[in-house]
Amino acid sequence: MISSPTTNLKTRVGQDSVVPWLFSLPAILMLIAFLVTPFVLAAIFSFTNLRLLSPIPLRFVGLQNYVRILQDPIFYRALGNNLLFVVIVVPVQTALALALAVLVNQKLRGVKFFRTIYFAPVVTVMAVAATVWRLLYDPDVGFINGLLGAVSGGAVHPNWLRSTSTAFLAIIIMSIWQGVGFQMVILLAGLQDIPHDHYEAAVVDGASGWQQFRFVTIPQLRNQLLFVVTITTILAFRLFDQVYVMTSGGPLDSTQTLMLMLVDVGFGRQRIAQGSAIAVIFFLIVLSISVAQRRLIREEAT
Amino acid sequence: MRPMSVGRLARSEPRSSQITIIQPRRLPRVLGALATYVGMTLLAVIFLVPLLFEFVGSIKPNDRVLSEGSSWRAFVPTAITFENYGDALARADLAHLFINSLIITSSIVVVGIIVNSLFGYALARMSFRGRGLLLGIVIALIIIPFQAIAVPLFFMMAKIELLDTYQVQILPFIASPFFTYLFYTFFLSIPKELEEAARVDGAGPLTVFWRVVVPLARPVYATVAILSFLFAWGELLWPVLVTRGPEVRPLPLGIAVFQTLPPLQWGDIMAFATVMTLPLLVVFLAFQDAFVRSVARTGIKG
Repeated sequence: MISSPTTNLKTRVGQDSVVPWLFSLPAILMLIAFLVTPFVLAAIFSFTNLRLLSPIPLRFVGLQNYVRILQDPIFYRALGNNLLFVVIVVPVQTALALALAVLVNQKLRGVKFFRTIYFAPVVTVMAVAATVWRLLYDPDVGFINGLLGAVSGGAVHPNWLRSTSTAFLAIIIMSIWQGVGFQMVILLAGLQDIPHDHYEAAVVDGASGWQQFRFVTIPQLRNQLLFVVTITTILAFRLFDQVYVMTSGGPLDSTQTLMLMLVDVGFGRQRIAQGSAIAVIFFLIVLSISVAQRRLIREEAT
Repeated sequence: MRPMSVGRLARSEPRSSQITIIQPRRLPRVLGALATYVGMTLLAVIFLVPLLFEFVGSIKPNDRVLSEGSSWRAFVPTAITFENYGDALARADLAHLFINSLIITSSIVVVGIIVNSLFGYALARMSFRGRGLLLGIVIALIIIPFQAIAVPLFFMMAKIELLDTYQVQILPFIASPFFTYLFYTFFLSIPKELEEAARVDGAGPLTVFWRVVVPLARPVYATVAILSFLFAWGELLWPVLVTRGPEVRPLPLGIAVFQTLPPLQWGDIMAFATVMTLPLLVVFLAFQDAFVRSVARTGIKG
């Protein structure tokens, strides 16, 4: 170091006082204004009778909003759909993503081309994908029923988005199509991080291809799999765009979700307080999923 | 795998026997590769169907999009027209919506990158009181999904009369704890020596940051730019809450509204969809590896 100790000390002192705050302040102020404040307000509002425009004076109503939500059959329909989405999409999409990742991780010519195709839906906007699938799902002129009809000789003819029994399944299928590439890429990164000598050791021990997959690949991918499962579970509770475009929650509330209910109550009916209560419930669900994931990862570390 | 050791043995033996031993193990390998290609191609077709349907539909006369929708002709441009694009421009005011989305998205990406990287740098490199606490708060804030604060934020924005503006669609998405954290972890991985050398040469903190740190951190800037672009370009829930008229409406809400307006013309809708999809797909194909790496990097979170 050429600089004298005194100048060194000076710059350090100068940095201590102002510069770090100048660097940090724009972000901190915006986080306070647009993240922390509304987050705190959500909790406070949820115990009041606040509406967007209302002649009634503001007052605290205790747990009334929560009680009302918990007595609303639509809430259970919505929550049930979100849970159904988790139960189906998490295992199916993860297994499919893992299969795709293993496929494109092979040392074969042209695998990158296939990786590109499987990933392409991820860069299409969900509202657009939902729009295109709406027509694909059309019972009469859509391609999906055209194909099903040709294969089954006209025996299979679901009404997809127009029927209460198949509408949510249709949304699930298109969601997997759009989201599986995202998981594939994360699992692929994990696959490529597995040291090659792990497989060599397994080969020496006489492990078959399946055994290598079961006892080397899966354990080594544990953290990526946990991440993918967590993020998909959280996304399942955020389900909104594709439902908003394809069914708006219908027919007969068969595709209701928590987020659709949030928008309907908080914005459509302008009940800010009740919408905030739904937001709080939603946050508690997301929080518990994240905490569970961190527990599982820590368990592995010890 | 035993065949491997057989092959190794064979190589040390005379040539004639080598051929007879290697031959039977090569055939299954070729067949395996062939099966893999067939499987990957079938999957690729499934992934491409909606996208191909969208592009072909956009250049077909409206009546053919419906009449040929349920057969293989849906994917063949049996008659080519660009009328749909003209119709979408006129009926949906597509150019206007596109500019809206461009203004909103580019503001979020550019300002967000500056604000979050400055904050991330201060957290990674500067010593000041409260740094540890701030870092902890940033990590904790990552867990709050936007959906959990949307309703009270909507209320706040309504109170300060910011609804139906560009600002209301930009401001909440600039400061991001997740992106700050991505910058923070990347800056930690850069060796300190270059910054110290620049400081000894008399460069101020901003010069050091701009001239030394930013060029070294290009990969993380690319990652955050790509991710924040994808999120902002596709955002649907927030504009549903905060925009009413078409004046500042972005594309995702635009396509959702367009398909509810009579007369329902699917060719026009597919043209709208293609305008939203194609630019993104072209950029994706050009910077594929950066995209895939960026999305894989979200796996750090958790």
